Formats: sequence, C-alpha cells, structure tokens
Amino acid sequence: MIYREKITVTSNERLTDDIFDLKFNTKNIAKDAKPGQFINVYSADASRLLPRPISICEVTGDEIRLVYRTVGEGTREFSRLQKGDERFVTGPVGNGYDTDFLNGNFKSAALFGGGAGIPPMVELSKRLDIKTDVFLGYRDVLFLNNDFPENVTVHIATEDGSTGTKGNVMDALRESGVTPDVICACGPMPMLKAIKAYSEEDVIKTYFSLEERMACGVGACLGCVCKTKETDEHSKVDNARICVDGPVFDAEEVIL
Amino acid sequence: MSGVDLSVEIAGVKWKNPVTVASGTFGSGMEFADFADLNRLGAVTTKGVASKPWKGNDTIRVVETASGMLNAIGLQNPGIETFIERDIPFLNKYDTVKIVNVVGKTVEEYVDVVRALNGQPVDMLEINISCPNVKEGGIAFGQDPKAAAEVTKAVKEASEKPVIMKLSPNVTSIADMAKAVEEAGADAVSLINTLTGMKIDINRRAFVLANKTGGLSGPAIKPVALRMVYEAAHAVNIPVIGMGGIASASDAIEFIMAGATAVSVGTANFNNPEVTMEIVDGIRDYLEKNEIRSVKDIIGIL
Ligand SMILES: Cc1cc2nc3c(=O)[nH]c(=O)nc-3n(C[C@H](O)[C@H](O)[C@H](O)COP(=O)(O)OP(=O)(O)OC[C@H]3O[C@@H](n4cnc5c(N)ncnc54)[C@H](O)[C@@H]3O)c2cc1C
Ligand SMILES: Cc1cc2nc3c(=O)[nH]c(=O)nc-3n(C[C@H](O)[C@H](O)[C@H](O)COP(=O)(O)O)c2cc1C
Ligand code: FES
Repeated sequence: MIYREKITVTSNERLTDDIFDLKFNTKNIAKDAKPGQFINVYSADASRLLPRPISICEVTGDEIRLVYRTVGEGTREFSRLQKGDERFVTGPVGNGYDTDFLNGNFKSAALFGGGAGIPPMVELSKRLDIKTDVFLGYRDVLFLNNDFPENVTVHIATEDGSTGTKGNVMDALRESGVTPDVICACGPMPMLKAIKAYSEEDVIKTYFSLEERMACGVGACLGCVCKTKETDEHSKVDNARICVDGPVFDAEEVIL
Repeated sequence: MSGVDLSVEIAGVKWKNPVTVASGTFGSGMEFADFADLNRLGAVTTKGVASKPWKGNDTIRVVETASGMLNAIGLQNPGIETFIERDIPFLNKYDTVKIVNVVGKTVEEYVDVVRALNGQPVDMLEINISCPNVKEGGIAFGQDPKAAAEVTKAVKEASEKPVIMKLSPNVTSIADMAKAVEEAGADAVSLINTLTGMKIDINRRAFVLANKTGGLSGPAIKPVALRMVYEAAHAVNIPVIGMGGIASASDAIEFIMAGATAVSVGTANFNNPEVTMEIVDGIRDYLEKNEIRSVKDIIGIL
C-alpha cells in the first residue's frame, strides 16, 4: 500500500553547501517503510507537476528522514522548507531491501553509497545484524558519515583525497581488505558498473538501487524502466519499472 | 438543491458521471486503487494495448516541462493476451465503465486486438490513432483523414463494442479529422492526445528524451485542447470526450461547456493521485451551487 499524506515539516537542516536533511512525521508511511524504499515529494508550485523521488534515509518511530542534494528547482524549493511547512508526499514506494533475507543468508555485508546514493544505506545498516562494512564515496565534503550505527565499520573515499582513501569506493574496498558475502549499492552508474565487474569476478551476490526519471512515481506510467535479462512478470517484455518493481534489483537480473 | 444528475450517455453506454482517466496515465487502474475509488469514476480508460507485447522506447522516457511534461514511453504494453488474463478480471471487480485503448502498427493489428476483445466484459474501445512516439503506428493514421477513416471502418466492422476514435492535435484541421472518422462510422471521438515537443539538455548538449521528441501533456496544453474540443464538437454530431491538461473541476466544466460529453484526466494524476475524486465532487458542487439539475444541461452551451 502506498499512502498519500499531507506532512508537516519538523526540521530541515543544511548539512553541507548543497545537502539538506528533512524530517517529518507520518501517519502510516513510517510504519510500513523499509530501507531502499523512497518517498515522492510533491512541489507546492503547480507548474512543477511531477513528484521528486527521495530515498528513505532513516525511520524513527513515525518520523521519516530524507537527505537530498539540491540539483534543480524542485530540490531547491525543498531546501527552503521550514518547520511547520506542509507538503504532500506519497510513500513508501518500491520493494526496498529484504533485510530478513540478508540477515538470514549472509555472514557479512558491504554497503556502497556514492554521493546522493548514501542516504538509503543509513537505514539499511541499522536493520542488518550481520557484520557490516559501509563504503561511502564523496567528491570532497562529507555528510552522514557519522550517522551509521556503532557496530558498522565506515570506510570513506574522497575524490580529492581530503579524507580517507583518495579515489572511489572500489579503491577504499581494496584498501580495507574486506571480502563481503553480499553487496548492496546505490550511487552513480560508473560506481555501479565498477561494483558489478568486481562482484561478477568474485561471484558475490549484489543488489543495486537504481534511479531513473519518473513521472507518476507509483507504477502506472512506465516512464522509469530499466532493462532486464529475462522477460519481466508484469510488463511481459525485457524491462521492469524501477519505482515499484525496484528500485532494488538483483544485479544479475538487470542490464546497466 | 440535492440530487443533481451527473450521468451521461455515450454511444448507448451510461456513465455514472462524466469523468474518466486518460489512457496511459492510470495503468489499468491497479496502481491508483490505493488513492482513488475506481467505483466513483464514470469510466476507467486503460493504457494502450497491442496484439503482441511492445517493449517501448529507451530511457529517458519522461521529463517535466513548465506546467507540463513530455513523454516518449513508446506504447510499451504486455499485449492483449496478458491484458485479457490479468487486467480485465481486475477491472471487473469495479462498478464502472471499462474502456480499452487499442494501438497497432497496421490496420490488421488494430483489428486483431479488437476481435480479441469481442465477448470480453469491457464496454467501449478507444482506438489510438494519435500516438506521436511510435514511428510505424498510430500517428500515421491520425494525421491523414483517409487513413483515419480506413482504420475506423475496419475496426467498426470487426468490433461488437462502441468505438471511440482518439484524435491527434498534430494536424492542420481537427474538424476535418473528426468528420472523417464520424463518416466512417465512429461512435464517438476523444481528444486531444499529446502535442509533439522537445527538450534539450544544454550541459550534455543532447536531447533529454532518448526518442528526441515526446508528447507534451498537462496544464500547459489546456487552452489548445479546449479550442480543439470546441472545434471538433461543432463539426460532428457524435459525442466528444475532451482531455488535455484537466486538473480541476473547473477545467473539466470548461471542456463540457465547450462541447465535451465527458472528460479524461491524465497528467494531473501524477501531480495528485486523488485528483479524479476531487474533480467528480467538484462538478457536483458546481451544479448544486448553480442549481443545474443535470450535467447534460451544460454540455456544449458555448
Ligand atoms: C528512487 C530514487 C531515489 C532517490 N533518492 C535520492 C536521495 O535520497 N537523495 C537525493 O539527493 N536524491 C535522490 N534522488 C534523485 C532526486 O530524485 C533528484 O535529484 C530530484 O528529483 C531532482 O529534482 P529537481 O527539481 O531539483 O531537479 P531538476 O533537474 O530541475 O528536475 C527536473 C525533473 O527531472 C527529475 N530528475 C532530475 N534528476 C533526477 C535524478 N537523478 N533521478 C530521478 N529524477 C531526476 C526531477 O524529478 C524532475 O522531474 C533519487 C532518485 C530516485 C529515482
Ligand atoms: C505517460 C503518458 C502515457 C500515455 N499513453 C497513452 C496511450 O497509451 N494511449 C493513448 O491514447 N494516449 C496516451 N497518452 C495521452 C493521454 O491519454 C492524453 O491524451 C494526453 O496526455 C493529454 O491529457 P493530459 O494533459 O490530461 O495528460 C499518454 C500520456 C502520458 C502523459
Ligand atoms: S514513474 Fe511511473 S511507472 Fe515508475
């Protein structure tokens, strides 16, 4: 079930120049929310028709936390939200990660987050009770790196080398010597492709959270598809809707 | 005043109210059932379905524009067989008129789908001869009155259901297109489909949509759609279903006054998945406030 709710902002803080941290309470969304799912946030400006999909970063009781980068007019509007402001949202959307399955079938996990792909890894790491290493990739300025649970080891890669490993998350993985049983990754396509090459070679089960331009955000318009290796059950062709069939896919099932 | 009559009749089919959804924006209703009570819609119009599964275009398929959006889905659909097995049984749980939108690349393909739907529990067919996003099909029929008439005749002969022909706005004279399909036997016309448009990403120096062009929809096209519905309604005697940018009850009433017997709500569902319910309620409120006994009393008053 996807709920449409009018939410009231409880806080909206700036984390870095262009990263913001939005919190609001929900009636039903938080109760059902799983890591890897997302929220559609609707604009107050009627000329911006389409909802902006933002991953669930954290769920605390009835509260949902979204962490987002300002890239265009929609996210810039959200960055100006203040405590008490109201917006419509729909959610939780998508399959999310099956954390019971991950906990039950693997001994250790490596979570990879690149840039705006970092937020969903926070809630995911909270719900894993197996050995978890998190690899975070940044251009330079860090965010959310202190928000992971204590039992999780955080590894950082920065492009400019200002913190942690100089390079990308794959460089950080090599440097750490970690050899995970399962990988969960969200981030830019070059990062996902590098992870896929690595996990295929070492035969490590891998899950990707994918992104695509969306219109309806609820599975109806077929705007947001990705290519699949096999014929998809719903579409009967070789593609699946990222919004509701994903955004989390088994890396073996999708073509990047 | 209480008990206003919202019902309308199109080609002998009674709708409980004049509001349906625009094909392709509502799936087969399943994805919107969390938000809208399908029993309260005059009709559900499903996504275009072809004789075989179509995989559609590459991504990026959708992009927002000022007060609108461009789409180039490319009529991805699971094919009529799956549609009959899965979507029709779903829709049958609801007390609403069922309209199946049909696409094809050749006249024969349209006829195949229409034949497969004979005997199925659906009420009306909407024949899409106006999709701008698929080269081979649709639009080729929708831009030439003779070709449009040819599809209409073939479909009418093959079908036991009332046939609505869905018209493209990407033509010189919408009145001529409407007349051509009326003469060929269409029971109703619906319009408008999307207007062909384009968006360029200046940083990537590339087209945003993989298909280069896409169909513009949403409030941005409403004035054009309203004018075309008015022209079509004055050119033919069959009912007109109006659409294009409808996002509120007042938008819907404008189309009805311009000559539409019913209206379809499309892109607005993406902005507010409950909008169809608000539109049905808003039309009733308007009639009550203005002491108009039946919505039929305002159809085409201008
Ligand atoms: C499943 C999913 C989860 C996401 N989670 C996060 C997150 O947790 N944090 C975060 O910072 N960003 C996230 N994004 C990206 C975020 O949706 C876009 O940055 C945002 O929509 C941009 O809107 P805008 O109006 O500021 O930008 P504009 O470029 O002005 O937007 C124009 C249109 O393009 C769409 N768009 C632009 N960039 C993207 C993109 N990268 N992905 C999808 N649609 C886009 C917008 O939604 C809008 O419809 C996620 C995207 C998806 C698909
Ligand atoms: C994502 C999307 C998919 C569409 N798919 C179809 C389709 O399969 N068949 C069709 O006849 N029209 C299709 N249309 C056109 C709509 O039914 C409608 O004619 C048009 O969008 C104008 O109405 P609107 O402004 O209310 O959306 C589609 C439109 C959109 C936005
Ligand atoms: S955004 Fe419409 S189907 Fe995914």
